[in-house]
Amino acid sequence: MSAGPYVLRVNGNDHEVPDAHLGESLLWVLRERLGLPGSKNACEEGECGSCSVQVDGELVCSCLVLAAAAVGREVTTIEGLAPDGELADVQRAFVEAGAVQCGFCTPGLLMAVDTLLDDLPDGGDPDDLIVREAISGNLCRCTGYGRILEAVSIAADLRRGNRT
Amino acid sequence: MTDVRTEEPRTVQGAPRIGESAPRPDGIPKVNGSFAFSSDLWHDRMLWGGTLRSPHPSARIRSIDIGPAVAVTGVHAVLTSADVPGSPTYGLEHADQPVLASDVVRYEGEPVAIVAADHPDAVRRALDAIVVDYEVTTPLVDPGLAESSDPIHPDGNLIRRIHLRHGNQEVVGDVVVEGTYEVGMQDQAFLGPESGLAVPAEDGGVELFIATQWLHADRDQVAACLGLEPGLVRLTLAGVGGAFGAREDLSLHAHLCLLALHTHRPVKMVYSREESFHGHVHRHPARMWYRHHADRAGNLVRVEARLLLDGGAYASSSGAVIANATCFAAGPYRVPSADIEGVVVRTNNPPCGAMRGFGSVQACIGHEAQMDRLAAALGMDPVELRLRNVLATGDRLPTGQVITGTAPVAEVLRTCVDHPSAASLSGDPMSLPGGAGRTADPAHVRRGEAVALGFKNLMFSEGFDDSSSAICRLEGGVATVTCACAEVGQGFVTLAQQITREVLGVEEVVLAPAATATVGSAGSTSASRQSWMSGGAVQAACEEVRVRLLTSVADDRGVDPDELVLVEGRVVSLSGDFEADLASVTAEAIEAEVEFRHAPTSPLDENGQGDAHVSFAFSAHRAIVDVDCDLGLVKVVELTTSQDVGRLLNPLQAIGQIEGGAAQGVGLAVMEEVLVLDGRIRNASFTDYLVPTALDMPPVEIAALIEQPEPGAPFGAKGIGEPPSISSTAAVVAAIRAATELNLTHVPVRPTDIALAGA
Repeated sequence: MSAGPYVLRVNGNDHEVPDAHLGESLLWVLRERLGLPGSKNACEEGECGSCSVQVDGELVCSCLVLAAAAVGREVTTIEGLAPDGELADVQRAFVEAGAVQCGFCTPGLLMAVDTLLDDLPDGGDPDDLIVREAISGNLCRCTGYGRILEAVSIAADLRRGNRT
Repeated sequence: MTDVRTEEPRTVQGAPRIGESAPRPDGIPKVNGSFAFSSDLWHDRMLWGGTLRSPHPSARIRSIDIGPAVAVTGVHAVLTSADVPGSPTYGLEHADQPVLASDVVRYEGEPVAIVAADHPDAVRRALDAIVVDYEVTTPLVDPGLAESSDPIHPDGNLIRRIHLRHGNQEVVGDVVVEGTYEVGMQDQAFLGPESGLAVPAEDGGVELFIATQWLHADRDQVAACLGLEPGLVRLTLAGVGGAFGAREDLSLHAHLCLLALHTHRPVKMVYSREESFHGHVHRHPARMWYRHHADRAGNLVRVEARLLLDGGAYASSSGAVIANATCFAAGPYRVPSADIEGVVVRTNNPPCGAMRGFGSVQACIGHEAQMDRLAAALGMDPVELRLRNVLATGDRLPTGQVITGTAPVAEVLRTCVDHPSAASLSGDPMSLPGGAGRTADPAHVRRGEAVALGFKNLMFSEGFDDSSSAICRLEGGVATVTCACAEVGQGFVTLAQQITREVLGVEEVVLAPAATATVGSAGSTSASRQSWMSGGAVQAACEEVRVRLLTSVADDRGVDPDELVLVEGRVVSLSGDFEADLASVTAEAIEAEVEFRHAPTSPLDENGQGDAHVSFAFSAHRAIVDVDCDLGLVKVVELTTSQDVGRLLNPLQAIGQIEGGAAQGVGLAVMEEVLVLDGRIRNASFTDYLVPTALDMPPVEIAALIEQPEPGAPFGAKGIGEPPSISSTAAVVAAIRAATELNLTHVPVRPTDIALAGA
């Protein structure tokens, strides 16, 4: 079933999506129609978290969300986490901590960690179990999560302004 | 060649060198979403490709009717085996696997036909429309019956048998323990699915952008299948979303090129996760029988073993995997007498091949269980027993080979067990077995602790002519390094920059794309070999540039080249009377290409004897687990490890390898198994094939990284990728045995193995 053109607001910009099928996932539309391949395609059934994006600030697997259902909402992808040429606190922390190896899980994990830090009470120190649970929907096959947990700790400090 | 530095790494101004935690050059593109993985590629006028796979593990193909598929709107090509112009088969060691099945299918998921169309939906419709008439036959699924069954392939059902005999065969120990063990099939479960883009070239050749572990081996196999000269098939590495052995064999490479050459259009293909489970080789399932003999003091006197690996339908690298399993079956211990038979057979199960640890993982599960069993029979502490028998430099392996390199096995074990544990009993139900399910009664949870030792060869073995090539070009003070080493996440790109800075004293190091057209083979990113091999090639190429530069400057200035050094972007004379900016003295480029080789090895003889291996790396893990014996659930509480690294080139990357490898070991110990029933994979998804999450992984405490520089290794460094996934599994399983007091013989340990054991 074909929809008329609809508009998706992604990373602060309106994108017209012409000739799309209503059944297309947000992941597919981002990657193949809008030229935003930063969100990844590792399982496409909501198990690995590689496709994680924020819709109105809420973390979702974009493979499980219909693109048409995101009309009128604010979608943030890895490409929109920081202004061009800059790094967000979580991005900086991942590089610094050695949390990136192959990097395929990285965009999804960054979206998950960014959401976690946004949702923490101000000045809150993220408890190890809370962090582990928050990222347990994101599979990483390279790192064993050790450096990712370290990156979360660094990013939390950066966001609280405890380090620069 | 060897430049072993043993002093503490100095702090350099500017860009980090060897021994420092240099940041990844691809780190920023990977965190901002701009890094192009193979599934992200796009080309103008691009078509999408897809693969029709056999639904049967064993069948004869009576006919294939592509007519209805060709008629589907948007379809540009439907190809079968008849359209393969060159060799109909390919393979890493033996070309025994069809590009597309013609008369017979030998495993569920074997490719039968391929399609190119203008949209993935059209591809799916076309694949559904192909009519294949199969005559289903009974699959051979029991590896134990393979040799006595009718051959399922013209090459027969035995892929390789090695019968290793060492020392006096009449020896019998005072204490003898026997055990049988089973290891399930593990999936590499890299996150980036198989994908690539093939672009037809004007010269009749094809460009293939692909995620792989070994570009040149792929090129040669693809070119043979296409019937083209290798030079007409040009591969460039696309972003690799993990590998772990699963990208050593061809998957969609030849299919993409066939479709692109047939349609004269660029073609992209991306496997789904389910297809990926069928589209690459797995870790071999193993059945192992062991008998260990010791004297009353605990000295090993003889090891007997029978190892049977299920190779699945095609050979892949099975021959090398069984060689490792056989050579290392007894573990890192002195064994004066051995009789070890390793067999790998063909069945109608999914093909198996390379995965991190490559034969040593299965063997370690066996030999470490046996060492614990022997300790119990002797009434000895398991660590004491191991320390009494560990290998050291100068000792012989059961292959007769004397270890000439470093072998700090005792140090690795001692530091690991002496490291204090930080594990406490958690009151949070999330930390108990069952986790978020909150099923555990803390009063019923039992804790267990155990250690395991493991080891493995570095680089390829048995006389393989192993090499890597690199080009270094120094111009205007900037070094450009070209090497076809596949960066799969391990961080070779970081090391290549560090090595170049170390040798040339430059700040800026540009890495050219890894490709077949610009440089010779780097060999495979596997066998923990790239730091040594491609690291060695980069070092040697840079060294040649350094010598030529200093010679040329010395000639110009009329000084002795030995008086000149490269320091932080300058050429400086030791006497202090001369200094020049590197950019100015390299206005004219200096370029060197080097093909680097390790010391040669020998094949194994008919008794499995020979100097077959280059070097060895050792590791120990201590595991602490909590077990809910009622439900059979396990929580791995803590892992502690020590590893023999030769020399640390990049501490942060080393930690990443050690933690990541341990996670794959934990997965194999408690949750990861490709379930194959009657030749069919029952859990080809991340919903049903579980890999550890952040909640499943314990902290990994690194007790010690033992730095004893390895003679012959560039910078003295040993590869570090594989040991972490070898001894970790054995340690976790042993800790579960300790907690449950059960004789657990199947790996992974399943909840039913524990919960129903007492029933």
